[in-house]
Amino acid sequence: MTAAPRTLAEKLWDAHAVARGADADLLYVDLHLVHEVTSPQAFDGLRRAGRRLRRPDLTLATTDHNTPTDPRDSPDALSALQLEALAANCREFGVRLYPLGHAGQGIVHVIGPQLGLTQPGMLIVCGDSHTSTHGAFGALAFGIGTSEVEHVLATQTVRRERPATMSVAVEGRAPPGVTAKDIALGIVRRIGTSGGRGALVEYRGEAIRALSMDGRMTVCNMSIEAGARAGMVAPDDTTFRYVEGRPHAPRGADWERALDEWRALPTDTGARFDREVTIDAAGLRPYVTWGTDPAQSSEIDGVVPDPDAFADAAAREKAHRALRYQGLAPGTPIREIAVDAVFIGSCTNARLEDLRAAADVVRGRRVAAGVRALVVPGSAQVRADAEREGLARAFTDAGFDWRLPGCSMCLGMNPDVLRPGERCASTSNRNFEGRQGPGGRTHLVSPAVAAATAIAGRFALPEDLS
Amino acid sequence: MKAVRRIAGRAVPLDRRDVDTDQIIPSDWLKRIGRGGFGEGLFSAWRRDPAFVLNDPRYAGATVLLAGANFGCGSSREHAAWALEDAGFAVVVAPSFADIFRTNCASIGLVTVELGEADVAALMRAVERDPRTELVVDVAARTIAGAGIARAFPLDDLTRTRLLEGLDDIGLSLREEDAIAAYERSRPPWRPALATR
Ligand code: SF4
Repeated sequence: MTAAPRTLAEKLWDAHAVARGADADLLYVDLHLVHEVTSPQAFDGLRRAGRRLRRPDLTLATTDHNTPTDPRDSPDALSALQLEALAANCREFGVRLYPLGHAGQGIVHVIGPQLGLTQPGMLIVCGDSHTSTHGAFGALAFGIGTSEVEHVLATQTVRRERPATMSVAVEGRAPPGVTAKDIALGIVRRIGTSGGRGALVEYRGEAIRALSMDGRMTVCNMSIEAGARAGMVAPDDTTFRYVEGRPHAPRGADWERALDEWRALPTDTGARFDREVTIDAAGLRPYVTWGTDPAQSSEIDGVVPDPDAFADAAAREKAHRALRYQGLAPGTPIREIAVDAVFIGSCTNARLEDLRAAADVVRGRRVAAGVRALVVPGSAQVRADAEREGLARAFTDAGFDWRLPGCSMCLGMNPDVLRPGERCASTSNRNFEGRQGPGGRTHLVSPAVAAATAIAGRFALPEDLS
Repeated sequence: MKAVRRIAGRAVPLDRRDVDTDQIIPSDWLKRIGRGGFGEGLFSAWRRDPAFVLNDPRYAGATVLLAGANFGCGSSREHAAWALEDAGFAVVVAPSFADIFRTNCASIGLVTVELGEADVAALMRAVERDPRTELVVDVAARTIAGAGIARAFPLDDLTRTRLLEGLDDIGLSLREEDAIAAYERSRPPWRPALATR
């Protein structure tokens, strides 16, 4: 008898079920990533209950969310307190910490993969919704709240109801100039901000397979923007090549054993998904969001839409609100929208490949007058690599600020914020009201478009530049 | 977590969908390391608008928040649930919730009631007409009633029991110690681990 065909997500789930329940299963956590913002109350809870941290060896902490990225800045008093609390908690509970200034430091979703800690077949959690990034390796990875952080610290498990499975297949080849970010924005645009709700999404299809690991991470990163519980891509040779030789990758005979397990992970032929969506990659374009949710985007060749043309009353009302907030008029060509700031960074687009793409555009050019442009590498290692490759030089020569690693203007918890009314082309993942600073206006784009926009002073493609 | 059995209270209508956690509690509030006081930050950006519904004195003291679909989308910050709780809310009613937000609410005993779009709209219109309208949520019976509407809402057995008994989820999971330890023995030894002292 052969076992029933299963999807990648089902295999990962089954492989981590410690105990099954009628409503939820208890799942074992292989890696718990911790940062300063969502952990202090969890460590406090542990301490109050007199509980121990079950597996410090499967726990890694870093500081990223509120850390200053300008070497001249120091954290504000509250942030400093929070950073100190994390350091003290890590000392007390024996957790490895990569603090600001350490070679291992960086955005939590950038350092896991880069250290080889993120591997296929794992279950990874973090008190951060973009934990889905790690799904790019064929891992089950999702964000949890602070109470659950405490639960994982104490039990190394997380309790979850068994979710639905969903296939998002991006078939065919993406046209030149369409990046992983555009695929991600295209998916959210197509299925909506709650299109993936309740589901573990597997990204499939030729356009996904063709992506590098950096690109797959970008796509999986934005799963939460479609409301999904997790996003993942089946591991293949691209994955294995990326992992092999990294500091925490298995070696020798262990590598062979690992490969055996990982090769069995992809979705079986005949396995069924609860929901399926197919997207034609040939129809994708570089996108720019115009609104205040990541599904509100236009092709860069397009215009700001007229909310009154929307059939759905709620969508219409939302679009009106968004355009008021964003200070945009319907019908405005996207390429005519001028920006005040450009942010290249975040766990979506601050890996080496992203910085290369942006540097290629700005090399030998100058940032438009009046535009504040900053590049915030995703980790200390990305920063060092980029400096070695001369990318940093290309950015600074063009007039960009070259920063220390961190979340920075992705969420504006540190001094990198937009001023009220300022408009920003950003490679991050959320364009919610005030996300980059109170009153700030965010437009999500790819690194290539962000770079071209910095030079042109308004939304542009690299090929628009003279 | 304290036990929640039955909540009777007035409601405030927040007629917007896709309300994200950055609006519920903006990020400058996330620097705190304590657990209390987040109510002050609840919708702090929107509250600067005097016309914002939560500024309407007629709804002061409401314990039920009525909202549009996909409430709580975005970041995983549990601070959003803490802020609602700290501001006196015990229930959020919406046509749908973002997953992590719903889990966070369950973690702290804030009840999420998923109700059809039309029912939520009807409740909103009712409390707009008469802000004194009282809604009753019965966790044991999994029902919500008020303004002439009475509906059952989905609530799985585990969450219901946890709410009714105010159970500590960690204590519950630690009862599975044997299964956790057995699982640990069966894990591939080559999975990554960090050397600790
Ligand atoms: S870069 Fe932005 S989205 Fe990513 S972890 Fe940091 S704050 Fe969250």
